Amino acid sequence: MQLSEARRNAGFAVETEAEGADDLRAFVALLKPRVMSLVVFTGLAGLVLAPGSLHPVLACVAVLCIAVAAGAAGAINMWYDSDIDAVMSRTQRRPIPAGRVTGGEALGFGVVLAAASVVVMGLALNWAASALLALTIGFYVFVYTMWLKRRTPQNIVIGGAAGAFPPMVGWAAVTGDISATSIALFTIIFMWTPPHFWALSLYRSDDYARAGVPMLPVVAGHRETRKQILIYSLLLAPIGLLPFVLGAVGWVYGVPAAILGALFVLCAIRVWRDDGERAARQMFKFSILYLSLLFALLIVDGAAGVVR
Amino acid sequence: MADREDSKQRRRPSAMHRSRRGRNIAVALLLVALVVLFYIITIVRMGGA
Repeated sequence: MQLSEARRNAGFAVETEAEGADDLRAFVALLKPRVMSLVVFTGLAGLVLAPGSLHPVLACVAVLCIAVAAGAAGAINMWYDSDIDAVMSRTQRRPIPAGRVTGGEALGFGVVLAAASVVVMGLALNWAASALLALTIGFYVFVYTMWLKRRTPQNIVIGGAAGAFPPMVGWAAVTGDISATSIALFTIIFMWTPPHFWALSLYRSDDYARAGVPMLPVVAGHRETRKQILIYSLLLAPIGLLPFVLGAVGWVYGVPAAILGALFVLCAIRVWRDDGERAARQMFKFSILYLSLLFALLIVDGAAGVVR
Repeated sequence: MADREDSKQRRRPSAMHRSRRGRNIAVALLLVALVVLFYIITIVRMGGA
């Protein structure tokens, strides 16, 4: 009898541990870790490129605040969009539609983290960076999620600004201001966002249509979307060279950025000419690689400048 | 026998109770981390000044 009770208790302990781990995983998933990693990366580039120096601990705090703010905005977005997440195959396993976290818990989690990240940024770094961080969260939650996403096919164009702010936040964390270079970094991500998401929506348009999200392929059709992807890509390629033109970085960035821009345009041409899903999928994947490599090059070149 | 089962049930906290306990521990750990973070930030900023 005692033995079976001990076994039951052991099983209970394992079960409790598993539930705890599942809880933790659900809350981590609310932070959209993959989006967060790209945001951290671009924020770090702003931090490294900015003139001036920052204590390494404060630099880590700045990156932490950017990461937490991005996660918080993601959690609030998941709370607001839980109804459409439940009907889209790409998002129906998210914590709220899956029933692992309630909407209220996600909202509370997001709001507390958002407030904490803005306050810590202000106290540890400066209030200009803190204000920009608050603007980033506010733009993503109120302008993109609540206002634009369900109303206009321009949702991703204007809403993309939210994802473009982090390098400006990183820059402001060091200098306390905004400059031409930090605006250039913003513009790169701003112009990159529409072709990136439109490539995804080309092969997920059924999902978006089912959820009632007016993405461009749903509203204007695939042909128009493919044309818009090409236009934005043609604009993005030269914009990608802006940090080099402004003299913030050297050839280490300039040459690969020109090649990557050309490859981006080639991908867009393939999408424009080919109605199939394959080209759109490749474009989506390459767009992630493009932005990651571009900002990695910025960090490398910026860090080399610091060493020089 | 039924009494014994009842007492066992009482000893087993409900799923909600367990979940709440886990979250309380997580919040406590986060608060401690925040205290440590503020301490380090203060030391660094005072050093810089």
